[in-house]
Amino acid sequence: MLGALGMSVGFPAPLLAMHISEGILPFHWAALWFGVAVPFVAYGIWRLKTISKNDIAFKPLVGLMAATVFIISCMPVPVPMAGTCSHPCGTGISGILLGPAISVVVAAVALLIQALFLAHGGFSTWGANIVSMGVMGSFAGYITFKALRSVRANLAVAGFIAGLFADWATYIATSVELTSGIKGDLPFFSLFWKILIAFIPTQLPLGVLEGAMTAGVVVLLQKKRPDLLVRMKVLKPEEVAA
Amino acid sequence: MKLEVKSLDSGSKINKCLFLCVAIVLLSFSLQPLAFSSEGKWPGVDESVIEKYAKEHGREPQQPLINTDQGDLLLFVFFFAGAAGGFVAGYYWRTLTIEKAPQINKEEQKTI
Repeated sequence: MLGALGMSVGFPAPLLAMHISEGILPFHWAALWFGVAVPFVAYGIWRLKTISKNDIAFKPLVGLMAATVFIISCMPVPVPMAGTCSHPCGTGISGILLGPAISVVVAAVALLIQALFLAHGGFSTWGANIVSMGVMGSFAGYITFKALRSVRANLAVAGFIAGLFADWATYIATSVELTSGIKGDLPFFSLFWKILIAFIPTQLPLGVLEGAMTAGVVVLLQKKRPDLLVRMKVLKPEEVAA
Repeated sequence: MKLEVKSLDSGSKINKCLFLCVAIVLLSFSLQPLAFSSEGKWPGVDESVIEKYAKEHGREPQQPLINTDQGDLLLFVFFFAGAAGGFVAGYYWRTLTIEKAPQINKEEQKTI
């Protein structure tokens, strides 16, 4: 909250952001993305309840990650080569540490608070933003990380590429959502490529930043609290012992 | 030998710090001309990409549902969130450390 307070002083609302703002998507598209997001959020809540029954320390950990995702996803970073600002998503980190389903819930909560109180995103576009940042970011990060670890990639390398792909997947999804919502009679792909290319100067370097951040968190946890990584099934016990 | 290792470690730390400082200085210099060229503005990609393309295709962003950008309203929101968050954190801290603590200790004793 202190970080958010600091940002609110430095960057008056509306925050410099990437979420789809209130009213940008037509009603039927906004409703469709809500429909897509609901099963993921419901499954995430069920997973959270199931795990917390056996592990009372899990909820505080999820709360901590929710605060982290909230702060990261409204932290505007100036990108000199583009002259614009954008922010990392944080769902790569939460996807790896909490699992993608619970990470979707964490992203949904962060996005709701931002939409309601910080004019960051929107309530009508909440579903679309959950799908792009929560679902795509978390699953892209988690799947990439697990795939790389299964071929024995270094923890830092796996974390870096997972964070990078989580960020880029979010913006590809945002481009799909925006294109489908505003294209009218235009062909889908011509507008989609235009929007995606417009994102590239800002998001290419920010993806690298998100990758570095994700790798940094995973490596720091491995050095300081490897037991937490085992508990969150990021590492196997024998990997820590070795 | 130990002393030599220590001096090497501290040397590498100093090098890292120096590298970080140089990187920050270079970054701040690289930011400066662009900041001037864009008249001090650093628009977010929501403005420069999302809203730009949406406007071109006839979709304008609307006012947020709750507009906190009015006077000190945002400060009130942070005050309220801080108070509510502090209460919730305190409540669960108490639950975790006082009410659940004997239960956890009993379970630990059983496993021992």
